[in-house]
Amino acid sequence: MNENLQKNFFKRRQTRNIEGEDPSIGSKENKVMHPFWVMVSKEISDQVRSWRFIIMAALIALTCLGSLYTALAQFSKHSGSAEDAFFFLNLFTLSDGTLPPFTVFISFLGPLLGISLGFDAINSEQNRGTLSRLLSQPIYRDYVINSKFVADLIVISTLFVALGLLVLGSGLIALGIPPTADELARLISFILISIIYVAFWLNLSILFSVAFHQAATSALSGIAIWLFFSIFYNIIVDLLAKAIAPKGMLTEGQIVEFQNFVLGLMRFNPSQLFSEATITLLMPSVRSLGALTMQQLEGALPTPLPIGQSLLMVWPQVTGLIAGSILLFGLGYYLFMRREIRPR
Amino acid sequence: MAETIIELVNLTKKYRSFTAVDHINLRVEKGEIFGFLGPNGAGKSTTILMMLGLTEPTEGQAKVCGIDPARNPIEVKRKVGYLPEDVGFYDDRTGLENLVYTAMLNRISKAEAIEKAKILLQRVGLGDVNGKKTGEYSKGMRQRLGLADVLIKSPQVSILDEPTSGIDPQGVRAFLDLIVELRNEHGLTVLFSSHNLHQVEQVCDRVGIFVQGKICAVGTIPDLSRQLFGDTDHGLEDIYNSFFEKGGAQHE
Repeated sequence: MNENLQKNFFKRRQTRNIEGEDPSIGSKENKVMHPFWVMVSKEISDQVRSWRFIIMAALIALTCLGSLYTALAQFSKHSGSAEDAFFFLNLFTLSDGTLPPFTVFISFLGPLLGISLGFDAINSEQNRGTLSRLLSQPIYRDYVINSKFVADLIVISTLFVALGLLVLGSGLIALGIPPTADELARLISFILISIIYVAFWLNLSILFSVAFHQAATSALSGIAIWLFFSIFYNIIVDLLAKAIAPKGMLTEGQIVEFQNFVLGLMRFNPSQLFSEATITLLMPSVRSLGALTMQQLEGALPTPLPIGQSLLMVWPQVTGLIAGSILLFGLGYYLFMRREIRPR
Repeated sequence: MAETIIELVNLTKKYRSFTAVDHINLRVEKGEIFGFLGPNGAGKSTTILMMLGLTEPTEGQAKVCGIDPARNPIEVKRKVGYLPEDVGFYDDRTGLENLVYTAMLNRISKAEAIEKAKILLQRVGLGDVNGKKTGEYSKGMRQRLGLADVLIKSPQVSILDEPTSGIDPQGVRAFLDLIVELRNEHGLTVLFSSHNLHQVEQVCDRVGIFVQGKICAVGTIPDLSRQLFGDTDHGLEDIYNSFFEKGGAQHE
């Protein structure tokens, strides 16, 4: 039957290219993909098919739905405020107190999404015995870790862009008022910052997946750090602030200085950076993130900031998040490249 | 005289104070089936890793297909297929999908990869189970899929590390026949590492015996027998054992 094929399968590919008269040439199936993108597309399909991603996506979609519902319910109570500037952005920040707004959910669940996508990136390949097989193919070693990062980033971006646009769309239908260009720009920045924030946690969990051989250890370490920052860190800072709070008669300047010191400590927490960035972007009336003296406030008009100014204000926070991500990824990359890969 | 396809010169690998591979010199000719023998920890796997450029030699040089794997591992890996000991696959994919993935990493188009993978699956005797996920494969089936995985990039050299472990006797027979067949058809060079002396004796043209990071003996089985015992009647088992009795005595 295919005796001929059997004999010829060993011929090198070049002969086929020289023939050049294959009728299907130029079709998508016949195109040679770069190995890096082959790996990326495989990783994406792995993630999208995995139960943990489906569960996390469903969880985030549900909370998104819930907070959208409460936000819309709030809108009907404040129907008089439709003339307000930035009316549309309330969709993401309004809450009646029973269910937190969307931004708070993202700052809480985003890390979990990042950790669940990355915690077994490298160690599962090692434990399944696929890593040494993969590395004996003609690819550079960093393709393995880079393709996983790129694939996860694509998955996260797709999820967040889709969610953001869905909220926007349902807001349009429910309210009947389109967002202004300024509001749209703020929304897009919000989505971008959310992606960066999740990427930070993704890089942390990829680092753990390189450092720990057991996927369970790496998942638990990631979750431990997430819990530490989302629950305990603020408590510890509060305790510390109480202990070192200056006593007696204080000038205004001293109080502001102390407040800013505590805020500085808080900002070691990535979720603090994220919530400062999102609040500034989604509530244009926020003019400052730290404490200010009366002197500094003198002459300030209580108007919303233009988007350029809001972006300028959150630039340090965003830079901090990006720098943290790069640092964690770099560390994971370094550890992975230096390791000797042995078969299982 | 056949051309040399693998050449190891003073190849050495040290892990801190421990020397895993100690100044190995070896030449393997094109189209040869060469057996790596030796106990666990004798340096066989480390030597293989250095030939693939997966780990760097501390000293010395390897040349595979005329390329130095420490300097140009990508070129070497394009020409060398490696079946690791206890190979793993993506368990939630079918055998066909696993093969197509490997092929595409070797810059083969998807259509061609599928075509090739189907032929290879037939050939290693997995043609009728290609809808099954590799997670449900038995150990023997995984090893056979591993062989197909090595062959899909049309290598010039295949390095098989313990390829027959876990396959039933009949399967082993077919597996070894297939290796010899491929060599005869395509002039494939095969490095075959195994603990199973009987299998090595069946297929290998020459063998190299590793003891504590060194190659103690290289040659055809009759040659080695003549060197050691003065006649050609002794099998590989006698040869192998004589090394370990001697080796053991030296170190006691």
